[in-house]
Amino acid sequence: MDLSYSDEQKQIKEGVERFVREEYAFETRRKIAATPRGWLPGNWAKFAELGWLGMAFSEEDGGFGGGAVETSIIMEAFGSGLVLEPYLPTVLLGGGALALGGSKAQKDALLAPMIEGKKQFAFAYVEKQSRYNLADVAVTARKDGAGYVLDGHKGVVYNAASADQIFVTARTAGGQRDGKGVTLFVVDADAAGLSRRDYPTQDSLRASELTFRNVKVGADAVIGTLDEGASLVERVVDRAIVGICAEAVGCMDAVNKATLEYIKTRKQFGVAIGKFQVLQHRMVDCFTNAQEARSMTLMASLKIDDPDVDTSRKAASGAKVQIGKSGKFVGQSAVQMHGGMGVTDELSVSHYFKRLTMIDTMFGSQQHHLTRYGNISMAA
Amino acid sequence: MDLAFTPEDIAFRDEVRAFVAANLDRDIADKVAAGKHLVRDDYMRWQQALGRKGWLVYTWPKKHGGPGWSVTQRYIFENVCAEMNAPGIIPFGTKMVGPVIYTFGSEEQKARFLPDIRESTLWWCQGYSEPGSGSDLASLRTRAVRDGDHYVVNGSKTWNTMGHWADWIFCLVRTDTDAKQQEGISFLLIDMKTPGITVKPIIMADGGHEVNEVFFDDVRVPVGNLVGKEGEGWTYAKFLLANERLGIAAIPQSKRGVETLKEIARAETDNGRPLIEDSSFRDKLADLDIQVTALEFTELRALSTMAVGGAPGPEVSFLKIRGSEIQQRITELAVEAVGYYAMPYQPSLLWQGANEEPIGPAYAHQSAPRYFNVRKTSIYGGSNEIQKNVISKMVLGL
Repeated sequence: MDLSYSDEQKQIKEGVERFVREEYAFETRRKIAATPRGWLPGNWAKFAELGWLGMAFSEEDGGFGGGAVETSIIMEAFGSGLVLEPYLPTVLLGGGALALGGSKAQKDALLAPMIEGKKQFAFAYVEKQSRYNLADVAVTARKDGAGYVLDGHKGVVYNAASADQIFVTARTAGGQRDGKGVTLFVVDADAAGLSRRDYPTQDSLRASELTFRNVKVGADAVIGTLDEGASLVERVVDRAIVGICAEAVGCMDAVNKATLEYIKTRKQFGVAIGKFQVLQHRMVDCFTNAQEARSMTLMASLKIDDPDVDTSRKAASGAKVQIGKSGKFVGQSAVQMHGGMGVTDELSVSHYFKRLTMIDTMFGSQQHHLTRYGNISMAA
Repeated sequence: MDLAFTPEDIAFRDEVRAFVAANLDRDIADKVAAGKHLVRDDYMRWQQALGRKGWLVYTWPKKHGGPGWSVTQRYIFENVCAEMNAPGIIPFGTKMVGPVIYTFGSEEQKARFLPDIRESTLWWCQGYSEPGSGSDLASLRTRAVRDGDHYVVNGSKTWNTMGHWADWIFCLVRTDTDAKQQEGISFLLIDMKTPGITVKPIIMADGGHEVNEVFFDDVRVPVGNLVGKEGEGWTYAKFLLANERLGIAAIPQSKRGVETLKEIARAETDNGRPLIEDSSFRDKLADLDIQVTALEFTELRALSTMAVGGAPGPEVSFLKIRGSEIQQRITELAVEAVGYYAMPYQPSLLWQGANEEPIGPAYAHQSAPRYFNVRKTSIYGGSNEIQKNVISKMVLGL
């Protein structure tokens, strides 16, 4: 057993960390968030050039043959700088769906240009009523000649406004919450009948509500097997969960560092407030929480591609529970120990706290994954 | 011991309900119910209505123009107001500087300032914390130097709530730099229109503007605006903070918050069923309900002690600690309840004026901003760490 990074992995880590250090100072990030797109095409081109967009895809698919560990390295560094570029929707979700379910033709048409930085994706899997159930799908795809016609509403679709293609789950058979009968489609973002309402999110990203009205797609728009999209999407999402867990670990380490620095320098009653035992113990708990989060994320990155599906499911849910718990504790504690400054927009602390809060909701809350973990691991 | 209200209490409750129904403007109540931020005029309209009735300063004794209510009546009044979505009364005049003026101020100051506070014709704000003086308030450095009939004030105050709407500010200033820290502090009343005062907004994590930094640059304040004696400001400050901690637990607001949360859990679905039927979420709601009940009965015990003439002791710090934690828990569960629709950020809906359609359900958009915002409750008014120090020292003798 060896849990240390290889030389190649160390190189990737140093490269992404350098990018964050040089291009993502907090005030720079604020400016990027305020641009119309909410991210910088120049940065995206750099990601492509440095090979980060293809890192976790097989060489056969035009990637560099890495896996979940490489993805985690990139996402952790992005988390430490609260990077805004749409790596999660484009690479982990859209790219992930193509890698797992795409045909050769689909990969050639979409995955290869994505890796070159020429295509962006969005992943539309949430509906107003669905909460975290990936099979609760009311959007319909009706057979129409050789193709399909999509109708319905998808919510909170990250990066839809910048995407070239939208991946969308739709019901091709069965009742609204049946696992069987969900199909994953890929739709051009400018397809006739597809309309958007764009908005910023709490954590300075961009998302949209999407309405499909008679959106026509060909038979080649189906990703994977007809009616079997729910398990494909579950796989894609579980792998993306490892990515956002790593992002959260990056957030936690960064905000812990800022808090530690603050309590060492902020003086009240004539001493640095870090001399007070109540803050020392809280800081230690923050440190411990970040360590546990890192451990669970590492565990998940090593088990997520296990051939036994329950092993990988448990890995994703277990890590997500830990991230939810640790992220909340670390975020709330960082704000509390910063005092009034912690609740202002001015310092980065509140921004890390917001991102950690949204990560807890993304792909299912702590509670959702606790239940899922229990159901898998206690099953007879 | 009797938990039931007397017939007189019930008649009083009905009178308060009738008054609120007739005098609280609908647009204001709607905003409060929807969790929107209010503007100065909203607060003023409601407070002036209370002022005309003589109820705004409901904690004041009769001789200073208060209604002279029993603690039970105050409790009923606060709860009815919260249930009917009345805005919280801004405490800076009514619960903070007002009692300081009628307890320690001159006759001239009482005649000049108390009527405006009773009727809410002027807006007061607080000048206590400084960038370098938060929990350690007594280390404050804003200077006031005597120059003839004036004090000349230089320095800055922070976490100044709603100072951008204020007509007057009460300030703790240092008048003696040689004396022991607490003994060199004085309590000054300053007209916000005085030349040399600059108000700079501080933007909160939810994007809102409710607090400021206030800068004083050679601000000339007549000596007649000194409350009590020079150098005794710390005594008045502690008196004021004890009053602040009583109301800060926000129990009636939390009771309303729990009810709102239940409504959200009824409207939200999980696997096609109402969220409120989900056993894990239900348990969390029940647990919260019990926490609020424990806090409310603790407050009732304190009120009951006061009703028979006892003074609330340092144990009221406990109300502030638990009150703030419960407010925070309510918002945490709201974020959990609305799922993905906590994510869209719609500031124009929060800060009124906009007719924009909410992205998700109408109750969802404010859940995350509220959650981020109320982290302040365990920090302000003496952080919870400081409150625990008070209890361990003053109550437990540690």
